[in-house]
Amino acid sequence: MSDTALENETSASGENGTRRDFLYVTTGAFAVVGVAGVVWPLVDQMNPDASALALASTEVDISAVESGQSITIKWRGKPVFIRNRTDAEVEAAKSVPMDELVDPQEDVDRAVEGRENLLIMVGICTHLGCVPLGDAGDFGGWFCPCHGSHYDTSGRIRRGPAPLNLAIPPYEFMSETTLRIG
Amino acid sequence: MSGHTSSYDPQNGAMKWLDKRLPLPRLVHDSFVSYPVPRNLNYAYTFGGMLSIMLVIQIITGVVLAMHYVASADLAFNSVEHIMRDVNYGWLLRYVHTNGASMFFIAVYVHIFRGLYYGSYKEPREVLWILGVVIFLLMMATAFMGYVLPWGQMSFWGATVITNLFSAIPLFGESIVTWLWGGFSVDQPTLNRFFSLHYLLPFMIAGVVILHVWALHVTGQTNPTGVEVKQKSDTLPFTPYATIKDAFALVVFFVVYSWFVFYLPNYLGHADNYIPANPLVTPAHIVPEWYFLPFYAILRAVPDKLGGVVLMFGSIAVLFVLPWLDTSKVRSASFRPTYRVFFWVFVVVAIVLGWLGSKPAEGGYVIASRIFTAYYFAHFLILLPLLGIFEKTKPLPNSITESVLGDSDSKGGSAMPSGAAASPETKG
Ligand code: HEM
Ligand code: FES
Repeated sequence: MSDTALENETSASGENGTRRDFLYVTTGAFAVVGVAGVVWPLVDQMNPDASALALASTEVDISAVESGQSITIKWRGKPVFIRNRTDAEVEAAKSVPMDELVDPQEDVDRAVEGRENLLIMVGICTHLGCVPLGDAGDFGGWFCPCHGSHYDTSGRIRRGPAPLNLAIPPYEFMSETTLRIG
Repeated sequence: MSGHTSSYDPQNGAMKWLDKRLPLPRLVHDSFVSYPVPRNLNYAYTFGGMLSIMLVIQIITGVVLAMHYVASADLAFNSVEHIMRDVNYGWLLRYVHTNGASMFFIAVYVHIFRGLYYGSYKEPREVLWILGVVIFLLMMATAFMGYVLPWGQMSFWGATVITNLFSAIPLFGESIVTWLWGGFSVDQPTLNRFFSLHYLLPFMIAGVVILHVWALHVTGQTNPTGVEVKQKSDTLPFTPYATIKDAFALVVFFVVYSWFVFYLPNYLGHADNYIPANPLVTPAHIVPEWYFLPFYAILRAVPDKLGGVVLMFGSIAVLFVLPWLDTSKVRSASFRPTYRVFFWVFVVVAIVLGWLGSKPAEGGYVIASRIFTAYYFAHFLILLPLLGIFEKTKPLPNSITESVLGDSDSKGGSAMPSGAAASPETKG
């Protein structure tokens, strides 16, 4: 050991540092990796667990939703709005010029071709997560009472603090009357 | 103060024996019996003691509530009703805890405004002040998570809105929120972890309180004159003088507290929280607990999501740098005539912001929120730095003793002239 110590001292001013410096740095690096390895499980346990991720998709019978009506179903713990829009509502949604929108998106991109009247959206305000009220607001669509966000008949944000349009979940028509969400 | 030498003198053998091994009684004696406090402290200085007592009350009632409470999305609401109806004295324990949270915040706001008025945050008490702001933040986190536990409509939607604040963070926002929830919405995992943290945080507060009191005992207290203690006659021993004053204030405080607990137990709460949580319906008008309202008003004043969240956190963060924003060398508002006016304006602004936070976010309320939010920040970022430069302050007394007795070369100690009305030790 005393040999090494001597050596260290003589090479202390060397450009590459001493062997002891090397040991410090490697030990430190291992300690950091070790601590990170221990902390990660503690952090990651808070993420959605296997049972939450496994939440299956939901099938809905939409035959009873008449024109102008809407229903709310639960998918992944969240409300999903299924609205059978009137032709007038669809027209109103289509006629909005893109430059009036906060988060520009055509109405055709928000509904399935051939079934434009059915608007299917996650019923969660993109501001801070409240459930907006239907048939309300200054644009004939939805209104979020929490901090005053107005959505139009296409569920697009028009006024208020929310930054984005109401989200469209992944969905598929299984038949004329059944819809699968997720 | 750290400078003062210990006057602890154990009389019996056992205490002497212990003193040589673990001088805990000496620490207590030096900190809460012989500890010298400025002789001119007024009732604004009694709220720190009350806060310590409130923390103890919350912990005791909380631990017993936890013996009956069930942190399950299906059972939580009913378990709270079970506490209210079936558990012996359950109604009392719960009302003491619920209203205790409100009283805790009343006390902390008075305590903070006391600090603002008397310049308590100024050199050399910056660390003491910052620890106080840390306690305030921990209290807010604790109370927020506690309010989620009964799993009523306000619990659920309050939790949803507040956790969603983090979704404003660019890039990682959504993943952070999912991580906080442990799912894709506020649900069972959220409730469970909030209970765990609601149990933990008060003990962390207790830890920071110890640091806070330690820092206090290093620098000593401020006092209404803002002039530092210079001589023995400026101070009195903590016991009996401060102890009695604190105790009297505490009794008055408890009268108010009991009035809420026994006569208006739900006045400070919200009726919607007696409706079980429903993830599909948001109450028409959601508001947080009263003690968060000013910050909520600031959040809603901004028409932009990220902007609102940044300003809301900023309104508390600004307190951390307050010691460096206030440029005035004079500590107490008693000698700062202009600051004193602005201080009271600020108090009114804070209260009006609270009122605005309870109103729906529309029309005139939003405009007013914007004006008052702007003033809130201007107070700290513009007025305080400028006042220190332009304000003409009043002459300071030479010492605390002089300000109390009118002459500076009095003898101090117990040999005070009995005619000195402001001298507390002359009371019968
Ligand atoms: C800093 C101290 C504390 C504050 C500010 C605080 C605040 C709150 C609040 C606001 C509530 C909601 C009351 C309601 O509306 O029903 C609550 C509930 C609860 N707290 Fe605390 N708490 C504190 C300490 C504790 C501690 C140490 C425990 C120990 C486990 C605890 C256990 C509970 C339980 C079990 C509930 C649910 C029962 C109920 O809602 O009454 N709390 N707390
Ligand atoms: S949550 Fe909808 S406006 Fe804020």
